[in-house]
Amino acid sequence: MTDLAWIDAALTSARPQAIGALLRYFRELDTAEEAYQEACLRALKSWPQRGPPRDPAAWLIMVGRNAALDGVRRKSKLTELPPEDTISDVDDVETPMAERLDGAHYRDDILRLMFICCHPELPATQQIALALRIVSGLSVKQIAKAFLVSEAAMEQRITRAKGRIARAEVAFETPGPAERAERIAAVAAMVYLVFNEGYSAGPDDAEARARLSEEAIRLARLLLRLFQTEPEMMGLTALLLLQHARAPARFDDQGAVVLLEDQDRSLWNRDMIGEGLALIDKAMRHRRPGPYQVQAAIAALHARASRPQDTDWAQIEQLYASLELFTPSPVVTLNRAVAVSKARGPAEALAMIEPLAQALDGYFYFFGARGAFLLQLGRDAEAREAFDRAIALANTAAEAAHIRGQIDRLTADARAAAAR
Amino acid sequence: MLYALLCYNSEEMVFSWTKEEDDAVMAKLAVVHGRLAAKGKLGPTLRLLPTTAATTLRKSDPPMVIDGPYAETKEQLLGFYIVDCEDLEEALGVARELGEANPGGAYEIRPLRVFIPGTLPPQAQGAAAAG
Repeated sequence: MTDLAWIDAALTSARPQAIGALLRYFRELDTAEEAYQEACLRALKSWPQRGPPRDPAAWLIMVGRNAALDGVRRKSKLTELPPEDTISDVDDVETPMAERLDGAHYRDDILRLMFICCHPELPATQQIALALRIVSGLSVKQIAKAFLVSEAAMEQRITRAKGRIARAEVAFETPGPAERAERIAAVAAMVYLVFNEGYSAGPDDAEARARLSEEAIRLARLLLRLFQTEPEMMGLTALLLLQHARAPARFDDQGAVVLLEDQDRSLWNRDMIGEGLALIDKAMRHRRPGPYQVQAAIAALHARASRPQDTDWAQIEQLYASLELFTPSPVVTLNRAVAVSKARGPAEALAMIEPLAQALDGYFYFFGARGAFLLQLGRDAEAREAFDRAIALANTAAEAAHIRGQIDRLTADARAAAAR
Repeated sequence: MLYALLCYNSEEMVFSWTKEEDDAVMAKLAVVHGRLAAKGKLGPTLRLLPTTAATTLRKSDPPMVIDGPYAETKEQLLGFYIVDCEDLEEALGVARELGEANPGGAYEIRPLRVFIPGTLPPQAQGAAAAG
């Protein structure tokens, strides 16, 4: 790695802590970001010559703070305010604040920085874009590419989101245990959103979007390092690793979706699976289950099966049943039904999803699963009807292609039957 | 003499490397590894999973299980090499070579003795006998 690449990695990894501390100090996101930018510029000048500091984050925080305070002083001179007053103001503020800049609060600093991106008024896509910009430090161009929109559109989206959080009340005091737990939950959900934004990509944009999944894993690890004893953070990190491990097998050469049971399991990333299994193992010891742990446990059962027929579907069904208790939703029930169809057959599974028809009326996977159950039951005409609906609802060309494959199979079977 | 080269680096930073950066470092390291292996000097080499995957058993009474690594440090133990070297000077030379391929952090060089005979793979056993 070159010096510059190394410095870049140091700046990226120090970023959340540095901006988090500067935000606590200045209580204004724009000022904190500018201060950090200025500190980075100085780091690029100073580090190659003097070597990197022992604690890059602490260096950036101090240099950024001083640079921003200089800026405040200069600006006050330019606008010809009575200089003594302004300077003494700054000094007054400086003394008690300097104590607040110590490293002891870095956990809550980073958590706060991530938490402001999860403002409930912000739609999911804006939360994700904001987190990637502010916490991860991705460029607007990189984010725009991942979202498949123009740079100008993304710039506008981020500016709007920033405007909204600038008006929001943010608590700068050290949070109590209950508030901290709330923040961790909100931030974990945001990290999962970032991951899913990357994971839901089709084959063509998979590479640009893989960046999002990787970034989500980095953020999850960061959170877990801050809150080492949170079983749900272990669960979330495990879930992301176990899902991302399958990425190399999810599309075939033609770009069609390859279902879990048809995937070439030798393509799965064994290192990620190893880490994911270790984390879910650790989490379960706490006996404080939660939705991320349950989902990770499901992913772990898939990862442990070396062949599809080795999958422990009965256990997966039980896990979906407990997930229904944590986060009741028709989609979870639909997934449970798929496990039921594997463990106990399509009839029971079909009965389980019939009540969901209204709630999932516009949901691709509902009709895909319904078609598959009907097909297994030999109700071909109804299966075809469900598959047609699924195609109409497909989000990506790859999804539609997959369903078309099933219809082709139906047609071929029908022809073969007619020929007999 | 067998030495352990304990690899310390900022975990946060190592996990901030892009795939390209990671691949570039690994490719450079592979060259050094190859050279060491060709000379029969390279014993077991392990990369540790992140400290977030670690669990610590404190031998208190009763023993306490703690999530996370034993020590909270700025730089973390991320892996180790066991190498067979004539003396400290040679071991430092190996560490320097590795350090050029993989900058940042530190290597702690610790001479070691085999604790339970027969528990090292044959290659390193031979090295131990020769050393």
